[in-house]
Amino acid sequence: MRILIKRGQELDILIEDGLIIRISSNITDKADEIINAEGYIILPGIFDMHVHLREPGREDKETVASGTSAALRGGVTSLLAMPNTIPAIDNLESINLLSRIIKETANTDVFIAAAITKGRLGKELVDMEALVKTGAVAFTDDGSSVDDEEVLRQAFVKAKSLNVPVICHCEDKILSNNGAVNLGIISTKLGLRGISRESEYLRVKRDIELAQNEGATIHIAHVSCKESVEIIAQAKKSGVKVTCETAPHYFSLSEEDLCSYDTNMKMNPPLRSKTDIEAIKNGLKDGTIDVIASDHAPHTQNEKDIEFDRAEFGVIGLQTLLSVSISELVVPGVLSWEQLAQKLCYNPFKIINKPKRGIEEGSVADLVIVDPGAEWKVDKKDLVSKSKNSSFLGKTLKGVVKYVFCNGELKYKG
Amino acid sequence: MEWQRKDLLGLEELSAEEIEFILETAASFKEVSTREIKKVPALRGKTVVNLFYEPSTRTRVSFEVAAKRLSADVINIAVETSSVKKGETLIDTGKNIEALKADIVVIRHGSSGAPNILSRNLNISVVNGGDGWHEHPTQALLDMFTLKEKLGRIKGLDVCIVGDIAHSRVARSNIWGLTKLGAKVTVCAPAMLIPAEIEKLGVLVSDDLDKVIRNADAVNVLRMQFERDNQEAFPKQLEYFQKFGITEEKLALAKKDIIIMHPGPINRGIEISSEVADGKNSVILEQVTNGIAVRMAVLFLVSQGKEYQDAHPH
Amino acid sequence: MPEKAKILDKEAIQRSLTRIAHEVIEKNKGAGNLCLIGIRTRGAFLAQRLSECIKHIDNIDVPVGILDITLYRDDLALAKSQPIVRKTEINFGLEGKDVVLVDDVLYTGRTIRSALDALIDFGRPKTIQLAVLVDRGHRELPIRADYVGKNIPTAKNEKIEVRLLESEGKDEVVLTED
Repeated sequence: MRILIKRGQELDILIEDGLIIRISSNITDKADEIINAEGYIILPGIFDMHVHLREPGREDKETVASGTSAALRGGVTSLLAMPNTIPAIDNLESINLLSRIIKETANTDVFIAAAITKGRLGKELVDMEALVKTGAVAFTDDGSSVDDEEVLRQAFVKAKSLNVPVICHCEDKILSNNGAVNLGIISTKLGLRGISRESEYLRVKRDIELAQNEGATIHIAHVSCKESVEIIAQAKKSGVKVTCETAPHYFSLSEEDLCSYDTNMKMNPPLRSKTDIEAIKNGLKDGTIDVIASDHAPHTQNEKDIEFDRAEFGVIGLQTLLSVSISELVVPGVLSWEQLAQKLCYNPFKIINKPKRGIEEGSVADLVIVDPGAEWKVDKKDLVSKSKNSSFLGKTLKGVVKYVFCNGELKYKG
Repeated sequence: MEWQRKDLLGLEELSAEEIEFILETAASFKEVSTREIKKVPALRGKTVVNLFYEPSTRTRVSFEVAAKRLSADVINIAVETSSVKKGETLIDTGKNIEALKADIVVIRHGSSGAPNILSRNLNISVVNGGDGWHEHPTQALLDMFTLKEKLGRIKGLDVCIVGDIAHSRVARSNIWGLTKLGAKVTVCAPAMLIPAEIEKLGVLVSDDLDKVIRNADAVNVLRMQFERDNQEAFPKQLEYFQKFGITEEKLALAKKDIIIMHPGPINRGIEISSEVADGKNSVILEQVTNGIAVRMAVLFLVSQGKEYQDAHPH
Repeated sequence: MPEKAKILDKEAIQRSLTRIAHEVIEKNKGAGNLCLIGIRTRGAFLAQRLSECIKHIDNIDVPVGILDITLYRDDLALAKSQPIVRKTEINFGLEGKDVVLVDDVLYTGRTIRSALDALIDFGRPKTIQLAVLVDRGHRELPIRADYVGKNIPTAKNEKIEVRLLESEGKDEVVLTED
């Protein structure tokens, strides 16, 4: 089976039985399928390193099968599944269960992050070594921060010896005060409890210091505010092994989008101010922020179509990750396509210490072909995820995914 | 002007002209309550549903009286907040009320934004009877109506709102309305009861009542609830009364004819002394009377708004 | 809207009102038990003028009230544009009184129907009579005026415009066409 990707002025790509066998100009070999990709952008398959697949336990929100289908539609061919499932991925039994589900039903590569503490309660470390041997590539209590510094310190010590990163959800729950939106004029206007910026960045600071003391590798999840970016930039300068990610909503939406109490704008950390959007964009541009990940957090209509303060935190994002990034970063010139590829495709692999996949002769075809100029309107009916809680419903985005090769297979044609 | 809206969700979204229009309409309605037969047929055949998720006798009764004086049929639904978790969702409840062919739903809810959510999902009129800490537009309208009646204008007045600003929908709606109509508004409370960045709404912030009361034309005293069961920091009750309680000693510092308002129900000896509550500066009971006129105007206007007519073609 | 004809000028309006004042006094055998209720907006001005005419003739101050019938309209639910509710100002009792309702133009009769409903809510007058400056016909309800300034047969597509000093700055009644 041969597939030839024709690209006009640029180099053509010839794929045979899932392998890229030649990249050169004007390939004229016979092929079973010819893809005309003239004017399109080709990126390596995207690695979304922050995804809640909800299986096992909340298959009504999402499953490994449905989540990875949504991933493919968004050009995502690898993802890191968060461990806050029911039960949590905190022991061999649950990780084996998840591995089996992935093996049987996943449509993309799925890496597993295990919990740092048992039941994600922040008290007792999991058996990190056993979990790494069984397939965990990172540890995180995502959804919660590990409040106990000693427990987190031990996690860093252990993670260092196992050469895996600890991913930190940075939130001081006392400071975030059961809030629903960013603390400030908007929380005051809406009459909602506010989540202070301090609740995030003070924890970023603490966690980085703890990692630094132990010489461990730390990855900060979903950075949302200016101060966090500054603290991370400073830490990087002083040589701390810190990386971080942000999510598309933090550089495209602000707290001002909450004015109609749209629960699809409710996530944790919350949408911040316009100043923060600029800081996040600058952090992406100057390299402080390494990764764009969706923080795909599916919730059912019952959990979202209710009073704002009672609605769940989180929004889906696998299918819009690339398009929002193109619309908000590449089109306005914040990032080049190459920089975008670093944030979406290459850096996540580096962070979990896995070999990066590139588009080169001899490697497995794992790539996404995008029409960068085409637009699409985000509509519930086109969202493949089981849940429809997207912040971008009704918005028109640039960049339409045309073809996705995942692990050598042409998995999606748009 | 012509009234367009089918809903009244808050004063934030209203223009100064719209607020003035409601107040003028309310002035016309006030006379109805002075008649021998306190009833006009304006909403005959219409159904108003009072959907109350929080216990509130005062606001509910005021809306009920207003609706009945307009000849509407009134249905009161009290939803036990404790049963909400298991019961049907807000949107489902709203759709059921709409299916009963009600015309206006007045909602009181503990969650900020509940009326906005209802409005997005229903074609019938939604009137906010108070939501969380967000807005209580009819209360602010009746406060402004009373001020205007007493002092002849809103523009240029110095109005001080005293009390738990952070958790008060009455404060927020008053701030929106008064600033839009050109009053100078000062919020006065201990720092812990002032919400974040409130000064961005165009108000002055103070924790010195003795100072700000001197220039005030009116003080709106908020109800203090020291029994709040959440983790919020709260001042000590006695200390609060000494610094922020409206007493005759405080009035001695103020203009002789200062207006004292309170949305009720009053806590005597907690935020206001009995002497002041019953004294000559108090307009607390007039506020209650005016509440009927304002709510009649609101119910009438939303049912006549162009948006409503468009949603219910004949 | 082209003006077709001037029906009444300033003097004619004044003559009509004087005549109506005489008729009212005659029919009610004096002005002692009378009160006048003008329907907003022009009816209110006419009621005030009528009161002055009566005072001139009989030297009696006949109380004048103003009625806003918006809340009693039977077309509220159909209203194309937002009706504006204005104040009703009747600062005296109607119980046992001879009430003369005053309006500028009598047409379908629906406004008068609304006004009658409203008046009944203010008490039980002995009689209610109706005085209008112009009756243009086309009644849709069984209502007739007791005192008419001028009967003007019209077509439906025509319009009667009453202009008064108090509201339009001059006194005249003109016939216009849509």
